[in-house]
Amino acid sequence: MRSAPMHSILFYLAPWELSPTVILVCAASAVLYARGLGELARRGERIGFWRPFSFFLGLALDYAVLQTYYDFLAQHMFWVHRLQHLVLHHLAPVLIVLASPGRAMWAGVPFGWRAAGARLCRERRGFRWIPRFGARLFMLIQHPAIAPVIFVGLIFFWLTPAVHFGAMLNLQRYLAMNWSMGVDGLLFWWLMLAPRSLQGSAALGYASRILIVCLIAVPQILLGAYIALHSTVLFDVYGICGRAWAIAPLTDQELGGLLTWIPAAMMSGVAMLIILRRLLLEESEAQSARKAAAAIG
Amino acid sequence: MWLSQVSRVSWIFGRASASRRHAVKRSTAALAALATLAAVGLAACGVGGPQFALQNVSGLLPQLKFALTNDDGQMVTAKDYRGKIVLLYFGYTHCPDACPTTLTNLSEAMKRLGPEASRVRVLFVTVDPARDTLAVLKRYVSAFGPEFVGLRGDDDALTALSKRYRIAYHREPPDRNGYYAVDHSSAVFIFDASGAARLLAGESDNPRTIAVDLHKLDAS
Repeated sequence: MRSAPMHSILFYLAPWELSPTVILVCAASAVLYARGLGELARRGERIGFWRPFSFFLGLALDYAVLQTYYDFLAQHMFWVHRLQHLVLHHLAPVLIVLASPGRAMWAGVPFGWRAAGARLCRERRGFRWIPRFGARLFMLIQHPAIAPVIFVGLIFFWLTPAVHFGAMLNLQRYLAMNWSMGVDGLLFWWLMLAPRSLQGSAALGYASRILIVCLIAVPQILLGAYIALHSTVLFDVYGICGRAWAIAPLTDQELGGLLTWIPAAMMSGVAMLIILRRLLLEESEAQSARKAAAAIG
Repeated sequence: MWLSQVSRVSWIFGRASASRRHAVKRSTAALAALATLAAVGLAACGVGGPQFALQNVSGLLPQLKFALTNDDGQMVTAKDYRGKIVLLYFGYTHCPDACPTTLTNLSEAMKRLGPEASRVRVLFVTVDPARDTLAVLKRYVSAFGPEFVGLRGDDDALTALSKRYRIAYHREPPDRNGYYAVDHSSAVFIFDASGAARLLAGESDNPRTIAVDLHKLDAS
């Protein structure tokens, strides 16, 4: 954006608007997970290469679209913004959820902290409500009829032209928008893709999941097509604030619409394959367990 | 499968019917309180302030703040313009279309305001400090009227200001004659006398609309 000399690579890697929260959360997640991997290895559990790779790739993507020069481009180009949300809401959370990092991250929390936290929630009156309330809230937003509505609803909400205008102009709303997409992406794709054995009381059958991922594709396709094919500019904030580089406003909108439409809907296809694989895997495991039981009996 | 999910809902909202009745009472009270709050809030926003034709950005953008050099070569900050309505616009003097159009509209609006225009300042911040020296800037803005001030800053000051008001500018590669264009924002940010961001005017807003809203802002 600044004109004169070529900027060093550091300029492009540095945060455009420093967010201590994003940096802290990303760093803490990476440290907890890495510590947990070590801890599990000591206990004799091997995680392998691909799960940590998937986790760190997802985390790095989230970080890159939020805390580098990319963030500047996303603030000043509609289609770059749509790509940012594709990463925050679809791609990165799917990669992170595929790694099933929960167990390792929990193992990465220093033992003293875990014990202190448990004691606090058990013994102090003021803290007792936290785990119960947390579990209920979690069950509510992870309800199979509510989670997909939140997932699709957030996309529609932030793309309502008046809401979008405020989010691109006001820093706090902009941050709220990106956080809501990132967090909801993790919650939703965890519900869709995590193995049932890891979901505890929130467990959802694989058939329901396939139905849900098919259903969420429809409104995303309709919205993306509506934006891509609209003949007037829907989001004037980019013209008002200036685009990152010269591009026809309608071309920008078309590309943004296509990104909302095609890759987002393709994610449902990918998710379906992953769910089917989980289903087959569990089926064959159950079958061999039955065989083993029959052999013993 | 879906039935079990339905029963999960009842678990979330509480099992015992007595406690559910209690919860309903409580949530009704909470809803009523929320509705009252919303009504009061709406009344405060809608009836209290004047209605503007321009885009209202009250509360969306931060207070006016900058430190730049004016076209007389003096360092100035937002404090120097406290008590005036400030129109902040980013552009450059070689601009072929957007800047002359917008500045002409603003100049026309100042004429419509008459003596009231003395309480308004139009700050033209150059996004092309390489070509826009203070002398060039002064000659350019004075053509539009006495309320117009050219401001110039170094890269850091300009970047800070562009981040603050979430605007972008971009220098195109130069042509054979060394001429280059700079893409930039089209917005005119309008601040009230206390320095609070209030309105946003664009290229397409006509002088009459702008003058009417500036008058309302001055009167409120």
